[in-house]
Amino acid sequence: MNPAYRRHHPKWYRARMPIFWWFRKAAYFRFIARELTSVFVAYSSVLLLVQLRAVAAGPEALARFTAWLHLRPVVALHVVVLLALLFHTVTWLHLAPRAIVIRLGRRRVPDVAVLLGHYGAWLAASGLVVWLLRL
Amino acid sequence: METHVHDVLVIGGGGAGLRAAIAVAETDPALRVAMVSKVYPMRSHTVSAEGGAAAVIKPDDSLDAHAYDTISGGEWLCDQDAVELFVREAPEEMLRLEHWGCPWNREPDGHVAVRAFGGMKIRRTWFAADKTGFHLLHALFQTSLKYASIARYDEWFVTRLLVGEGRCLGVVALELASGEMHALLAKAVILATGGGGRVFPFTTNANIKTGDGMALAYRAGVPLKDMEFVQYHPTGLPFTGILITEAARSEGGWLLNKDGYRYLQDYDLGRPEPTPVLRAMELGPRDRLSQAFVKEMEKGRTIETAHGHVVHLDVRHLGEPVIEAKIPFVRELCLTYEHLDPVHELIPVRPVVHYMMGGVHTDLTGATPLPGLYAAGETACVSINGANRLGSNSLTEILVFGARAGRAAAAYAARAPAPTGPTRAQALDEERRVLSKVRGDGGGGERVATIRTAMQRALEAGAGIYRDEVGLRRAAEGIEGLKARAQGVTLDDRSHTFNTEVVAFLELENMLDVAEAIVHAALVRRESRGAHQRTDFPARDDNRFLAHSLAYRSPNGPPRVDLLPVTITRWPPGERVYGR
Amino acid sequence: MPQTVTIEIRRYRPEEEAEPTWQRYEVPFWREWMVLDALNYIKDHVDGTLSFRWSCRMGVCGSCGMMVNGNPALTCATYLETLVPGPVQVEPLRGFPVIRDLVCDLTDFITKLQRVQPWIVRETEGTPAQGEYRQTPDELAAYRPYAMCINCLLCYAACPIYELEPGFLGPAVIALAQRYNLDSRDQGREARMDVLSEHDGIWACTLVGECSTVCPKHVDPAGAIQRYKLDAAVAWVKALVLPRSGR
Repeated sequence: MNPAYRRHHPKWYRARMPIFWWFRKAAYFRFIARELTSVFVAYSSVLLLVQLRAVAAGPEALARFTAWLHLRPVVALHVVVLLALLFHTVTWLHLAPRAIVIRLGRRRVPDVAVLLGHYGAWLAASGLVVWLLRL
Repeated sequence: METHVHDVLVIGGGGAGLRAAIAVAETDPALRVAMVSKVYPMRSHTVSAEGGAAAVIKPDDSLDAHAYDTISGGEWLCDQDAVELFVREAPEEMLRLEHWGCPWNREPDGHVAVRAFGGMKIRRTWFAADKTGFHLLHALFQTSLKYASIARYDEWFVTRLLVGEGRCLGVVALELASGEMHALLAKAVILATGGGGRVFPFTTNANIKTGDGMALAYRAGVPLKDMEFVQYHPTGLPFTGILITEAARSEGGWLLNKDGYRYLQDYDLGRPEPTPVLRAMELGPRDRLSQAFVKEMEKGRTIETAHGHVVHLDVRHLGEPVIEAKIPFVRELCLTYEHLDPVHELIPVRPVVHYMMGGVHTDLTGATPLPGLYAAGETACVSINGANRLGSNSLTEILVFGARAGRAAAAYAARAPAPTGPTRAQALDEERRVLSKVRGDGGGGERVATIRTAMQRALEAGAGIYRDEVGLRRAAEGIEGLKARAQGVTLDDRSHTFNTEVVAFLELENMLDVAEAIVHAALVRRESRGAHQRTDFPARDDNRFLAHSLAYRSPNGPPRVDLLPVTITRWPPGERVYGR
Repeated sequence: MPQTVTIEIRRYRPEEEAEPTWQRYEVPFWREWMVLDALNYIKDHVDGTLSFRWSCRMGVCGSCGMMVNGNPALTCATYLETLVPGPVQVEPLRGFPVIRDLVCDLTDFITKLQRVQPWIVRETEGTPAQGEYRQTPDELAAYRPYAMCINCLLCYAACPIYELEPGFLGPAVIALAQRYNLDSRDQGREARMDVLSEHDGIWACTLVGECSTVCPKHVDPAGAIQRYKLDAAVAWVKALVLPRSGR
């Protein structure tokens, strides 16, 4: 007998969600990974700001900052950051066709085209940065 | 036991019930209307209708043409005043549904598109791809959510009508989630519970189609009309019984026997042409096509499979674009349930029980002979379907007569006095009956499924596509025996919480009543007409049987069956001509 | 091919037990059988106490959604054959309160559905005498995919956000709101925006994307939500830049 049950009063069961629910499915794990890698996105933005401040503070500050960047543990950290950023970018771009639906008449522009458009834009932006650096 | 008071109760949440409830709400927003349904409304069987809904809208069509197709299709057993009214109100109802958001297929200029259907001289079937019923039901359900005056009792199973002072005063219902019995009082009750195809073993009908409303009315002394007319749809998938819509043929599909021959040309249905010809061959009426299958099987020209004989439906020549645009659901169903792609392969099909032309006897407003009780949709028999329903008339029927019943019930409820009388005692009596079943009192160890299977076999053997006196007598005896045995059912499930076994038992009781009415009406009709074919009386007999059968339940023994003349207005009985 | 297959069912009998338990059944194995056929075999021949919902058995009524081996599925459209040798685990849909055995409570969905006004909203309603609202095939194609939702709620069971935050409107409800927003006959977009842009509306979705993966009718609710976010963001920017423009 379930002591909590009263006749004619349904006693629902509500399952509690386990803390490690995101291990249940590969898709959930990928989702959590994508969400968590956004921390690295934030980190790299902060890093860029710090670098800019070093540039503004003069050559001495910049040299100190660059020296720090060359420390072995820092290089190792930034390899990890780069991988996380790539993962985040790629998974993010692959979601883009979900949000952007372009119709040409009755036909929907295929997801691949939207995706390729994004990769194209990414390449173009990267190319622009490289070009700027070469100036 | 709790009592709930409303003005109008709608029993059933499918197309007819929803349309009726909306009609009540629109007629008089002050009326308290409640919908009681054993499933959530969007689960109702309207959802499975595929092909479309007929209504005159195109300039080349006419109301008379729709009426004539309906009446000749029903082999002159339709009440012609009902048909005239039906075709007249059909376009308005369909337009209203368009305004409520139903995604009808369109012409390039934005007008509603129509397609052909079986037994139709001019194209007039509105369609939403081949999921018309699904879209219609969801549009109605979602629209119904906007009316604050419509209350709902979802997953409540009505077990009995409350009757007193010569009128219907409400219902008793089992709330599934709690197992509690409730009395619902109202001035008017509308039955919209659909048909009862589940009395047969092989049917397109969903599990919920157990003739509940028919049985409720029958037990309250209301006659069931024309119950002997059961429609076999010619194209069901073997084993599952899933329907392959008539639209597959109206778009140009062919029926082939084992030699790849379009065998319908041998059954007075016209010449085989490469493109579809209206009212001919594959676009003949359903009764004639199903009967042709049986004849073809007797000639040994069908294909034998593990799940019975089949013929082939061939849509390959239509090509993938047409199949995807017009009948995508056919492809989806074949891929899922038959592991085949109709773009490249033949679809095995056989006749399958699909629809009941008969039902609760009503007049043109949906009123039954019991004051305060109304019926609409497949539960009811107005009658517009006669001896054989024309494909795509049933979806229109639930709209037209759902709305009519709703308006009539609202008008009745506005002037009727509040329910009084012996309702409390009746309700308590019913509570005792149902709860004692749950407790397992007096059971004899029978199982629901055993009796259900036996009933289905008895009906298929005796009251299938072709019938005769000997077979019907045997079926009648079988059903009578099963009714007695059903009282000995013992349930495994003694729980009050969502007890689906007690529901299955109550549904079985309902189906046994419906089966009894079918068999006895079929015994009385000693002629062949439409879907009712007697091998011992192969001819139509307008002298004796241009009349509806009315089956009245008797407390003990078989029902009494009376005859009621058909109303003829402008179309005197004639020959049914297809393909000539 | 095996002669029998083991089905393990997550049972909950509120009158007897406070927590669900697993129960094993042996059923015959047939190639034609869906998981639902096995459940019906148990119900009819082995144990009449097993409770579950089903009706059309053709994948359109939406009644028989359950977790099959941990994934949300319509049991009437899932072949046993694809799951042998088993055992096959069947549980009620995740994320919903369980009433009994495989039956869960849907009232939350119905309540939320009603909140987004899933009907055609018009400033002035047409009468049948005026004929149909015109709609071209292209305009029909714009919303039709979202109109294919059968309310089976597999998407809710796949959504960890709904499980974590039961207040979330959820995939199907937002997709259905979007179905009406994109309908050329509808004028209710603004009215729905209030509900959809609440905290528990579109912004609660963090785009796991599993709702679209499990949808048996390819409705793509995840896409509907992201499109809506884009629309809402654009509307917000517009309102910021042009505060006085009406819409």
